[in-house]
Amino acid sequence: MRKLLTALLWLPLLAFAGELHLDKAPDKSGDKAALQHGAQLFINYCLNCHSASYMRYNRLQELGLSEQQIKDNLLFTAGKTGEPMRIAMQREDAKTWFGAAPPDLTIIARAKASEEGSGADWLYTYLRTFYRDESRPTGWNNIAFPTVAMPHVLWQLQGARPLTVEEVRQVSDPTDASRVVGYEKVVTTYDISGAKSGQTEKLEGMDHHAETEYHWGETKGGKLDAHDYDVAVADLVGFLKYMSEPVSSYRKHLGWIVLIVLAVLFVFSYALKREFWKDVH
Amino acid sequence: MNWMNAKLQELVGWVDERFPLLESYRYHASRYYAPKNFNFWYFFGSLALLVLVLQIVTGIFLTMHFKPDASLNASGVPVAFASVEYIMRDVPWGWLIRYMHSTGASAFFIVVYLHMFRGMLYGSYRKPRELLWLIGMAIFLCLMGEAFFGYLLPWGQMSFWGAQVIVNLFSAIPFVGPDLSIWIRGDYVVSDATLNRFFAFHVIAIPLLLCGLVFIHMVALHAVGSNNPDGIEIKKNKGPDGIPLDGVAFHPYYTVKDIMGAVGFMIVFALVVFFAPEMGGYFLEYNNFIPANPLQTPPHIAPVWYFTPYYSILRAVTYPLFGIDAKFWGVVAMGASTLIIALLPWLDRSPVKSIRYKGPIFKTLLSIWVFAFVILGFLGTKPPAYAFFGLIPGPPVAQILSVYYFLFFLTMPVWSKIDKCKPVPERVTSK
Repeated sequence: MRKLLTALLWLPLLAFAGELHLDKAPDKSGDKAALQHGAQLFINYCLNCHSASYMRYNRLQELGLSEQQIKDNLLFTAGKTGEPMRIAMQREDAKTWFGAAPPDLTIIARAKASEEGSGADWLYTYLRTFYRDESRPTGWNNIAFPTVAMPHVLWQLQGARPLTVEEVRQVSDPTDASRVVGYEKVVTTYDISGAKSGQTEKLEGMDHHAETEYHWGETKGGKLDAHDYDVAVADLVGFLKYMSEPVSSYRKHLGWIVLIVLAVLFVFSYALKREFWKDVH
Repeated sequence: MNWMNAKLQELVGWVDERFPLLESYRYHASRYYAPKNFNFWYFFGSLALLVLVLQIVTGIFLTMHFKPDASLNASGVPVAFASVEYIMRDVPWGWLIRYMHSTGASAFFIVVYLHMFRGMLYGSYRKPRELLWLIGMAIFLCLMGEAFFGYLLPWGQMSFWGAQVIVNLFSAIPFVGPDLSIWIRGDYVVSDATLNRFFAFHVIAIPLLLCGLVFIHMVALHAVGSNNPDGIEIKKNKGPDGIPLDGVAFHPYYTVKDIMGAVGFMIVFALVVFFAPEMGGYFLEYNNFIPANPLQTPPHIAPVWYFTPYYSILRAVTYPLFGIDAKFWGVVAMGASTLIIALLPWLDRSPVKSIRYKGPIFKTLLSIWVFAFVILGFLGTKPPAYAFFGLIPGPPVAQILSVYYFLFFLTMPVWSKIDKCKPVPERVTSK
């Protein structure tokens, strides 16, 4: 029974196929327990290489934490809770070590929005699509952000899993690149240690279209099971989203009050206009 | 109460002996007679003034905390970019002021575009309002400059690369181009020098010019009087008291009506500010939440939505002429596409002013022109390789519509003359 349930939990991930679409990040706004969990994950796993230099520690009080709790549990590098979330790593060093200095994450959830989805959707997808790839300096690669310089920081939580990429692509005429002469299917497998193997197979006929499918294998070595890992990432992304605009829920709340006041004002201004204009014909 | 009134009268009298207070008040408000048949389109003039005030007031408060400084702070973020986030997070109510200012920029263009379109609908540029129209065009050009300079200030990726692209356009001018673009930037690339001078232009030079132009726009308007949806001169029909029969005093009639319009506008404005300040990436572009990085060109650079029709026209020119690069002719076309609007008073040869009495040719061609403007604007937000439904390629569509955009104006002297117009009534109608 338990095995069956575990298998069922895997289904959505196995079904993760087709063109890379962004998975919808669960909405955690207002869920203070989830956001606190997200803040904890952020400070433990992200805030060593990435700064959040526009975010002050004491703002976490908005998530229901007391100043003392922040001081005792979350303040590792800063001296006072009024300080912003800076890091000790020098940007020059980071550039040498990673090839690029890790970006500040305060407003990353706003920066990563696109026509494909919100920034939270992108982050939720990104943090769940790491795979081992021994050709990369860090040993990790990512589907949402190919050849990313960042290693899979949450691997102890998620573990590693093999990935099979099935790509159907056009074959064009060697002399005229714009002329499609056929299709081929490239199957690439990255095993759990990142060793790459692959084969190319020519497809019969022209009745195909270019597409890429991703199939994940079984995960090994993570502290969390697949469901719990998704929840953890959702909480972390929820926190990143909150941090990108802490005022957003208050903004919407205030918006309703402003609209009600303006609606009342509009009724009066309309009545005033009617009163003045009743003698104009 | 009576004593207060008497004191007030005394004060007004004292000022009036030294300054034309009552005279100005009567001339511009209580005895300025505006046609009584203004419709919905006539709200946008007063709304443009409202947005101007809004931008100036919110701008003053933003200036108190914004730092035009491209150097990097301890966390490696440009100071200008960080100061905007400081306003958004640490300055009390800073987020509201900033969102009002960023939404106000787009609102300004919406309101001004509708205000100008009103002029096209009802022939408000026709004699005797040619100068009024030209002053309005000067305001429009200043507004575009103001928006362009202001857009660099948050120092995000789009700010930086947008400015880089636009300033580079000047380098396409033969002979002087390269030196000219260096002179504008104050450097070989968009840099701290550029940020500081754009800040100066945005907060003082252009706003001063704008306020002055808006003032003379209103002086010119009050001298010739307002046009109206019927395109009739109300001053032709005056009563025995010398007051136009179809006119009503601006104050109180239009002050109370414009207050209503202002509240209606504020409702729409509040919907954006409080519920969708990014407006799906159109009012605040997503890429602009990434600090400017001169070493990393974004894959797709597009101006903000209000510039995209002209940007499309710029991109539509792909043929070199007279041995000069196509880019230069693109710049010329882009400039011409905004300036040609100023020629309307002399291009329109129709015997009537208002669309209500104009013939089918005008109505058809104007509708297609609006369509062309909107589609050009849409294409300008997309990469050049964009295709509608993945099928109809964007570039030829933009080229055809660009040609139409100009032909609409250039052939106007011909078709406006032969169009079958309806007779114009003597007095204004109330529809």
